[in-house]
Amino acid sequence: MTLIDLANPTKFLSLTARALPWLAGATAILLLIGFYQAAMAPDDYQQGATAKIMFVHVPNAWLAMFVWGVMSIAALGTLVWRHPLADVAAKAATPIGAAFTFLALVTGSLWGRPMWGTYWEWDARMTSVLILFLMYLSLMALWRAVDDPSRAARAAAVLTLVGALNLPIIKFSVDWWNTLHQPAAVLRLGGTSLDKAFLIPLLVMAVGFSLLFVTLHLAAMRNEILRRRVRSLQMMQASQQAA
Amino acid sequence: MSSLGPHASFIVTSYAVVAAIVLALIGWITVDYRRQKERLRELEASGVTRRSGRQATDIR
Repeated sequence: MTLIDLANPTKFLSLTARALPWLAGATAILLLIGFYQAAMAPDDYQQGATAKIMFVHVPNAWLAMFVWGVMSIAALGTLVWRHPLADVAAKAATPIGAAFTFLALVTGSLWGRPMWGTYWEWDARMTSVLILFLMYLSLMALWRAVDDPSRAARAAAVLTLVGALNLPIIKFSVDWWNTLHQPAAVLRLGGTSLDKAFLIPLLVMAVGFSLLFVTLHLAAMRNEILRRRVRSLQMMQASQQAA
Repeated sequence: MSSLGPHASFIVTSYAVVAAIVLALIGWITVDYRRQKERLRELEASGVTRRSGRQATDIR
């Protein structure tokens, strides 16, 4: 099967049926290893055991931005290349990205209360991630509001590309402004500032959550293709009944 | 495993919320898949077929 074959929804469904069990298995194994390593990680000398929240907060925060990046590429696929599966990919990713963003916000708040003394601060990082979450919800509302999938896809693609401007703001907010949120510790110039005892479980969790996204995304794309098949059969049924 | 210390409730709540949302996502996608397959089966049973002639529920 070549890459071009994936443009065919039926061939895509066939590939998904074969890949999903393997992806789900690999995701479960990696997340189990990650949770075990997180449980066994030592306490931080300043944060104590509260540092364990980082192992779920950081992967979700990364994925909140990564999923919007995937949706932005899909938006280009819809507007520029008119790939038949691009808007399916974008629509399927939206609620998953919203869930990861919600988890990043909630786990960040739960870490902030004991460490900063507050659940929330209107600093640049937290506010820009909240805006990202609201944009995910707006996209979900847009997909529901427009009946015709191809019309909804074009409007959603434009909104997604506009929203992509928020991604560099989120990433560099801690450098551009004086924020309560700490600066990058893993992906930064000069290398990571994390000790291996924290870095390895964090990376395992990040790969595990990324695989979780791939698995859920493929499954949600499969559902969306079937939903469109239902819609076209219902339209055929209605036209047969009218004739 | 180290003790979770004085902020154990924040740590446990974080992991519980993550587990709940991830399980809800998996559950929602699974239920949605079954619902779409069921609708396709009902449409096929009512005599509507795809232009290709293939079964609507065939995804392999």
